Amino acid sequence: MNAVEMRGITKRFPGIVANDQVHLSVNQGEIHALLGENGAGKSTLMNILFGLYQPDEGEIFIREKPVKITGPTKAAALGIGMVHQHFMLVEPFTVTENIILGAEPTSRGCIDRHRAEREVREISEKYGLRVDPTARIRDISVGMQQRVEILKTLYRGAEVLIFDEPTAVLSPQEIDELMEIMENLVREGKTIIFITHKLKEIMRICDTVTVIRRGKTIGSTSVKGTSEQELASMMVGREVSFSVNKQESRPGKTVLKVQSLTVKDSRGVEAVRGLDLEVRAGEIVGLAGVDGNGQSELLEAITGLRKAHAGDILLNGEAITRLQPRAIARRGVGHIPEDRQKRGLVLDFSIGENMVLQTYDQTPFAKGFLLRYPEIFRHAKRLIEDFDVRTPDEQTHARALSGGNQQKAIIAREVDRDPDLLIAAQPTRGLDVGAIEFIHRRLVEQRDKGKAVLLMSLELDEILKLSDRIAVMYGGRIAGWLNPKTTNEEEIGLLMAGGKVGEEVAQG
Amino acid sequence: MKHLEQIHNQSAWLTSLISVLLGMLVGAGMMLAAGYDPLLAYGALFQNAIFQPYDLGETIRTITPLILTGLAVGLAFRTGLFNIGVEGQMIIGSLAAAIVGLKFSLPPVLHSAAAVAAAAVAGALWAFIPGLLKAVRGVHEVITTIMMNFIALNLSNWLVRTWLSNGADSTDKIKESASLRWDLLSQWFDNSRIHLGIMIALLAAYGMYVLLWKTTYGFELRAVGYNPHASEYAGMNVKRSILSSMMISGMFAGLAGACQLLGTSGYLSIRGGFEGIGFDGIAVALLGANAPIGILLAAVLFGVLTYGGGNMQFAADVPFEVIRVVFAAIILFVAANLSQSIFSRARGMRREPHA
Ligand SMILES: Nc1ncnc2c1ncn2[C@@H]1O[C@H](COP(=O)(O)OP(=O)(O)OP(=O)(O)O)[C@@H](O)[C@H]1O
Ligand SMILES: [Mg+2]
Repeated sequence: MNAVEMRGITKRFPGIVANDQVHLSVNQGEIHALLGENGAGKSTLMNILFGLYQPDEGEIFIREKPVKITGPTKAAALGIGMVHQHFMLVEPFTVTENIILGAEPTSRGCIDRHRAEREVREISEKYGLRVDPTARIRDISVGMQQRVEILKTLYRGAEVLIFDEPTAVLSPQEIDELMEIMENLVREGKTIIFITHKLKEIMRICDTVTVIRRGKTIGSTSVKGTSEQELASMMVGREVSFSVNKQESRPGKTVLKVQSLTVKDSRGVEAVRGLDLEVRAGEIVGLAGVDGNGQSELLEAITGLRKAHAGDILLNGEAITRLQPRAIARRGVGHIPEDRQKRGLVLDFSIGENMVLQTYDQTPFAKGFLLRYPEIFRHAKRLIEDFDVRTPDEQTHARALSGGNQQKAIIAREVDRDPDLLIAAQPTRGLDVGAIEFIHRRLVEQRDKGKAVLLMSLELDEILKLSDRIAVMYGGRIAGWLNPKTTNEEEIGLLMAGGKVGEEVAQG
Repeated sequence: MKHLEQIHNQSAWLTSLISVLLGMLVGAGMMLAAGYDPLLAYGALFQNAIFQPYDLGETIRTITPLILTGLAVGLAFRTGLFNIGVEGQMIIGSLAAAIVGLKFSLPPVLHSAAAVAAAAVAGALWAFIPGLLKAVRGVHEVITTIMMNFIALNLSNWLVRTWLSNGADSTDKIKESASLRWDLLSQWFDNSRIHLGIMIALLAAYGMYVLLWKTTYGFELRAVGYNPHASEYAGMNVKRSILSSMMISGMFAGLAGACQLLGTSGYLSIRGGFEGIGFDGIAVALLGANAPIGILLAAVLFGVLTYGGGNMQFAADVPFEVIRVVFAAIILFVAANLSQSIFSRARGMRREPHA
């Protein structure tokens, strides 16, 4: 039986057809992958199924019955739940409070807290979603927050769960746990629609995959009879190369030098403890590590967003330790930030304005105090073309772009500034395989132009593929340096977990 | 022109327009229920607000401070701040203008210019305090600006009674040289109290447009308002930005105070409570979607309703309170964004953050 069927769905936005006669049929009890390039229309299609958007054309059937999904409440009543990529939780509230919000169990007009907590505990045990019902959202990890989102849908009786890029924000360990949870859910008879750009994940747990490209359905296939290569070319419409072609690096002078740096996190705890690091011109240094071992704080300290507690940071031999972010950027540091929506973009600004977020007051974008919008938009137009950012035009608000295209816009801006040191934190998070290939090539290109690149990534694949040297961070220090040619995932994993490795490449 | 559309997008225009119509409909309903003839009342209202030169002049005089307080609130909104203290900043503006107008002796044009400038600076400084508290200590501006309103009110009253008069309830008239009245202008409008403040208000509206959407500084102010984290990342000085926004907003409020004092009343008196023009600015900004042109139009509408509503009492015997209800209803409709949901139902689309 079909749990969900969407027929001939069309959805237009100003200047773009996001969904063009899309078909999707999902069997009861399966994990169905939705695969497509950035901006292909996956989130749009799911927002339609969840009642956030109304389709311009097309029909929807739930358990073979035609339905009109007028809003999220209607969707919930039909047993559809959605876990959004950007969470919608109330930070100061507890897990239980967040879960029951809007569907509170009451007794004599008051919220029945005990019953609520019991119910939440029951559901979480049933599906192996271990969370503390009394913890506050702001105190728990991203992975836990995601579980709360899942619990929220289950609490409302969801039979069909939509996951929009749930793994993009998770560490590899958390991804493993999520996969287990998904398997539990299916075992209990739930149906899952799963959006991801990671083909490995699809091969691992999905039954069927539907591919869409530029708003149109390309086809559906059973996962058993396909391969990553085939899926990639189906999605992009051409052969995709998974390996990065790069020459031997020819490192030059030291661009970034970090000396016994100590940085405190927001709670005042030392997150970086006496760390030393060197990145030279013409090389890519990969920064590996389990999330939360001080990587974010290190990058924030280098870019001036966080104060260094002790130690020095030198750029081309000059101290930048106590400079403001602007001064650091102007001395030649580019930064692709970890959190694109929080740091990287002003969502209510046009793409054009976002492309000059640091340089708006310089020629040619300004003349004296006055902005020169024609120049700003011309600049944006060029970047949009160069980096294949899919947007109706350069005046569209960043908010209207698909997640992956927002990311591409940031990368375009930072790479185009042509900095001596490019800091890339999770640069390909949320990008499709075609776009990843493209971004990887641009990073190597920067390196070959003699720029220094510091790449932070939670994906070991990416680190291994791109880096010339790998620094593994553990507990606020560099636990060891590895040579990507001779090391492997196991060895990195060991260092990441705090272990020791015999062969190490000397720093420098 | 596409750029202009962005500042004031189509849906904002529609929201405002529909809300005004709905608000007036609610007023009409009330009048019917109370046994008045709404057509007659509204007819009298508009007729008495614009058709006679004298009324037109008085309406413009009513509109003038509304534009300025609307701009004050709107600019703050656009930069992520909620300035409830416009009322107090305006009082301080009036106070400064009165001091310069009473205590200084300067040649005519210079004197009024000095008084206006003093009011602007005073308003800005009054807003500086909550701005500083917000930027440095993170104290929410709503709380501090409300408290500053009360301090302003009492400070003004105390000074009127002590330094600016001999224990009287009001000061003397300011010197003629400091006045914003211009005889020729008054004569054109049949000796109404219209004054040059309208020019100040129009210039201020244009100034806000240029500042926010044409200058690099405005780019910063807007960016910080929308997303302080990204602005910090981009190297902008978030604290300075918050402080400047607050002060520019206070400056507009101070100018409103100058217009009231140097143009309309000519003297300062003890206030029993808040006049409310500063609070009306919130309504004006909301209806005008925080854009200069929108604020101008909204101020015109509210000015017409206020002044015409006063006359409506006499012409159609409808109490003025009905007009306040219309105000409130309009604002409720804008705030609830009712028209948007009507439209989304009709066209089947809704704006949602990207997921
Ligand atoms: N609210 C909106 N207004 C205007 N255009 C939109 C809106 N939402 C999405 N779009 C456009 O519709 C297209 C499809 O976007 P969608 O978010 O569905 O892509 P996606 O497949 O989820 O991509 P990604 O993998 O990058 O998240 C994009 O070109 C996007 O710019
Ligand atoms: Mg998406």
